[in-house]
Amino acid sequence: MLTIDNLQAQVADKPILKGISLRINPGEIHAIMGPNGAGKSTLGYTLGGRPGYEVTGGSVLFKGADLLGLEPHERAAAGLFLGFQYPVEIPGVSFVQFLRESANAQRKSRGEEPLSGGEFLKLAREKAALLRMDMDMLKRPVNVGFSGGEKKRAEMVQMGILDPALAILDETDSGLDIDALRICGEGINAIMRRPDKAVLLITHYQRLLDYVKPDFVHVLAGGRIVKSGGPELALQLEDEGYEAVAA
Amino acid sequence: MSQALALPSRSNEDFRYADLAALAPLWPVAVEEIALGAGEHRALTITNTGGSAAVRELAITLAPGASLALHVLNASPAYGRIAVRAELGARAEFTLGAAQLAGGEATLEIVTHVTHAGPDAVSRQVVRSVAGGAATANYLGKVLVRPGADGTDGEQSVRAMLLDRTATANARPELEIYADDVKCAHGCAVGELDANGLFYLASRGLPPADAKRLMLQAFIAEAFVGAAEEEALQEAALAALEALL
Repeated sequence: MLTIDNLQAQVADKPILKGISLRINPGEIHAIMGPNGAGKSTLGYTLGGRPGYEVTGGSVLFKGADLLGLEPHERAAAGLFLGFQYPVEIPGVSFVQFLRESANAQRKSRGEEPLSGGEFLKLAREKAALLRMDMDMLKRPVNVGFSGGEKKRAEMVQMGILDPALAILDETDSGLDIDALRICGEGINAIMRRPDKAVLLITHYQRLLDYVKPDFVHVLAGGRIVKSGGPELALQLEDEGYEAVAA
Repeated sequence: MSQALALPSRSNEDFRYADLAALAPLWPVAVEEIALGAGEHRALTITNTGGSAAVRELAITLAPGASLALHVLNASPAYGRIAVRAELGARAEFTLGAAQLAGGEATLEIVTHVTHAGPDAVSRQVVRSVAGGAATANYLGKVLVRPGADGTDGEQSVRAMLLDRTATANARPELEIYADDVKCAHGCAVGELDANGLFYLASRGLPPADAKRLMLQAFIAEAFVGAAEEEALQEAALAALEALL
């Protein structure tokens, strides 16, 4: 699904990713953990194609094709979803309007028929219910006035609607209370835990992994993956701290 | 007389950023008088989307308790100038909601002089401009509160969005107040589309031009909230916006 080979990237001329290699197969859930400043969010943004995140070396193949040559919207159409740590507020633009246009832009680029207004609303309602989100909230401007937890749930609703092959979720657990954490975790499982899909979870903490059980855990420090293991590695990190485990 | 007919120069503040070459063949401009009697209400829409230069001069007088809602879509590919003088009697209400969409080398401008002549009158001006290419979008607006016009409530909300580094926006909200008990607010901002917002929309699969259109549509819509012909104005603005992108 995703093959990252020796990826190096910089932001504002400062090297952040210093040679990351990672292979994610369909059906797998990977967690990337690491201390602040390790490069976790940079990895997510670089894979998403955010302007200002400059790739200086290495390669990324997504479903066998070069990912890095694609524009951000083309990466989405290819099946990549980036869940934001800080979802952006867009005044005046409703979720429903923007998501329908986004979904249909993706479908168009794949040669599929657009969803009608009715079909889209049915899909949106179904995914909103999955995340226990009031459909009325999706008629409001994107993320405006949403609490931290509502923004993260809205991210998961978007993921459900857009139905990606690979989701890269950047600290989806930050800013969530216990109930919202469980709802988001269950949402990720319901939407993404399938043989033909994969997830890369970027997180500081073990707590999300109680709900979304990873197959592999990687420790990112200083722009490199310094250790990889199974789910037990996350528990070890929680017990012993990054310094002890990553040293 | 000949003085009044002479083409204004740039030293005239109201014409400082005007396209004088485009104005010359249209000068002098006939003033359109709109006078509303006591308690009378009217809504007026000006849509300036034709291909040739268009210059309008409105002189509005609102008697006590009268109200006028003026909505303007200024999106001429040539020169477009809407100048409004409004004099508000006691408790009168004047609303201006204007959007300007300037592309190519067009100069578009809204010039207002709003006078609160009696007490407790309300004026609200919302102007949203988008300028791309080498275009210029101007708002020059003055609110004058005469002695005795206590209880005045005046608001100017002026924002401009530049699509290219070669585009220009001029905004000059002005207040001149000679009464004591007055609430006059003005806000003014010139900026670019939020890069974070654009990336967020793109990350969901929206092509860049669509993401821009969506954000600008929302930006412009603020000018037409509550307009009698809101839907028609939004549609016309969207068409002009698509031509701009």
